[in-house]
Amino acid sequence: MDSMAVLGQILVGLSRAMILFIVAAGLSLVLGVLRVPNVFHGSLYMIGAFVAWTVAEALEGHPARLWVALAAAPLATAAVGLAVERTLLCRLYQREHLMLILFTFGVMLILNDLVKLGWGPTYRSLVPPEELQGAVSILGVALPRYNLVLLGAGPLVAGGLWLFAHRTRIGKIARAAATDREMVAVLGIDVSRVFAVAFGMGCLLAGLGGALVAPTTSITLGMDHTLLIESFLIVIIGGLGNLWGALVGSLLFGVAHSVGLLIWPQFAVAFPYAITAGVLLVRPRGLLRSVW
Amino acid sequence: MVNGTRLGLGVLLVALLGVPAFLPPFYVYLLALILVTGLLAASLNLVLGFGGLYQFHHAVFYGIGAYTLAIAITKLHWPAWVGLVAGPVAAALAGLLMGLVCVRLERLYFGMLQLSLGSFVWIVALRWYPVTGGDNGLHGIPLPAVLKPLGNAYLFILAAVAASLFVLWAVVRSPFGLTLQAIRDNPQRCQVVGIHVRAHQLAAMVLAAFFAGVAGVLYVVLERSVFPNMLFWVLSLEILVMCLLGGWFTFPGPLLGAALVVALRTFAGRYTEYWTLILGVLLILLIFFLPEGILGTLGAQRAQKTPEPTPRPAPAGDVHG
Repeated sequence: MDSMAVLGQILVGLSRAMILFIVAAGLSLVLGVLRVPNVFHGSLYMIGAFVAWTVAEALEGHPARLWVALAAAPLATAAVGLAVERTLLCRLYQREHLMLILFTFGVMLILNDLVKLGWGPTYRSLVPPEELQGAVSILGVALPRYNLVLLGAGPLVAGGLWLFAHRTRIGKIARAAATDREMVAVLGIDVSRVFAVAFGMGCLLAGLGGALVAPTTSITLGMDHTLLIESFLIVIIGGLGNLWGALVGSLLFGVAHSVGLLIWPQFAVAFPYAITAGVLLVRPRGLLRSVW
Repeated sequence: MVNGTRLGLGVLLVALLGVPAFLPPFYVYLLALILVTGLLAASLNLVLGFGGLYQFHHAVFYGIGAYTLAIAITKLHWPAWVGLVAGPVAAALAGLLMGLVCVRLERLYFGMLQLSLGSFVWIVALRWYPVTGGDNGLHGIPLPAVLKPLGNAYLFILAAVAASLFVLWAVVRSPFGLTLQAIRDNPQRCQVVGIHVRAHQLAAMVLAAFFAGVAGVLYVVLERSVFPNMLFWVLSLEILVMCLLGGWFTFPGPLLGAALVVALRTFAGRYTEYWTLILGVLLILLIFFLPEGILGTLGAQRAQKTPEPTPRPAPAGDVHG
C-alpha cells in the first residue's frame, strides 16, 4: 500500500465527508432545535438526488444544468419538509419522543413509496458537465474534478450555517430555543415559527446533500438507508445539535470509510459503526458539547 | 373476571391447537408467522412499554437468534436441538453486551447507541459471506424431520410461543416487572429509594433479547432460511409500530398489533406493491387518533370511571406552539 494510494483515498474520503456533513448538519439542526430525530431525513436526501437528476435531464445540453439542478433539489425537499411540518408534525411537539420518531418513520415509508411510484425502481445516473469530468492532480494524486466541488461545498455550508446561527436574529433565537425552549417561549417569541425555519433548513440540507451526491453515485431506491444511519451516528458522536460536532464526526466517518477500503475492503462500511461504539464508550454524550 | 380471562385463553389455546386440522396450509403458515412476530413484539414491549427504554433496534436480537441456529446447523454441524437453544442464548448474550454499554445513557442517546450497535451487527451479517451468506442469507437449513411438516412446525411454534409469553407475562407481573414499570415512570425517585435502576434495565434487556432470540429460531423453524433483513433497522421500527398499534402499555397489545400488521401485509401484498405506503398512512393515523393503541384506548375507556389514566412517561417537552 503506497502513500499515494493512501493520500488519494483520504482526499476521496474527505469529499465524501462533506456530503455526510451537509446531510448530518441538517439532521443535527432539527435534533438540536426541535428535538426530533427525523427518520425521513434520508428520504429527502434520496428525493434531492432524484429531483437533481430530473432537472438535469430536462435541461440536457444547457451549460448551467448541473447548477440549476443543485439549486432546485434543496428547494424541493425544503418544500416537502415544510409541508409535513406545518400540516402534521407541528401538532405533535407536546408528545413523547417515541411518537415523533414513529411519525417521521411513517412519513419515511410514505415518501419512499412515492419515490418508487414517481421514478420507478431503476438506477439513474447524472453525468457531470464536461468541465467537471476527468481528474485533476493534487500533490501528484489524481482526484476526480467533481470532488473539488464537494470539497468546496462543505466549508461553504459550514460557514453559511455559522453565519445563520450567530449573525441572524432567527438563528440566535433558534440557538436559544435549542438550549431552553421554555424560556424562549416565555419571552413571547413564537417558538413554532423558529421550529418551522429550523426544520425547513434541515430538510433543505438533506436535499442539497442528495443533489451533490447525485453525479458521484447511482441514484436509486434504498440509497437513503445507510446514509440516514450514518448521519444519525455522526450527530451522536459529535454531540447532539452541535454543528462542529457534526463536522468532526463526518470527517472521522468519511476518512475512516475510505481508509478502511484500503485495509479491509469487505468490512469498510462497518468502520463507522465501530468508531461510533468506541467514541461512545469513552464519551457517552459525544465528542463535543451537546446542546441538550 | 380473572376466571373469564383464563377461560378465554384456554378456549383460544384449544382453537389454536386445532388449526392445522381444519385450516388450509396457507392459514396455518400465516398463523405461525403471526405467533412468531407476536412474540417478537411482546419481547420488545418488555423493555419499551414496561421498561420505558427506547430500544430502536430490537430486530437485531431476532436476527442473532436466527443466524446462530442457522450457522450452528449449516457451518458448525451441531445438532439442531442444540442450535435451537444456542440461538436465544446468543441473543441474550448480545443483549447483555449491548445493554452494558447502552444503559449508561438515557432516552434518545440510549436508542441511537443501541441502533448503531445493532446496525453494526447487520453490516457484519451482510458482509461476512463465508459465515452468514452475505446478502443472500442462508437457505434450506436442515432441521429434524419431525419439524418438517407444516402442521408439526406450527404446533412446535405454538408451544414455544405460549410458554415464552407465559414467562414474559409472569415477569411483567413479578416484583421485578413492577419495579421496572416504576423505573419507567420515575427513574429519579426509584434511584433515591435505593433501586439499582441500571441493573433492572439491563436485566430487562437481556430477557427481551432472549425472547427475541426465541422468535428468531422459531422463524427458522417456519421458513428454514435467514437473511440480513431480519436485523435491518426498518424491521425494528415495524416492530415498534406493532407495539404502538396494539397498545404499548398493555401486555396483549403488541400481540394484537403484530397479528394486524402481518395479516395486513399479507393481504395487502396481494393487491398492491405499495404496502409500505399503506403502513405509513396507518401509522400516522394511529399517532393522531389512537396514540395509546387499540387495547390502550379500549382499556382507558373501560377504566374511565376510575380517575387514574394509563401510566405513561412524562411528555418530552412542554412547548407552546
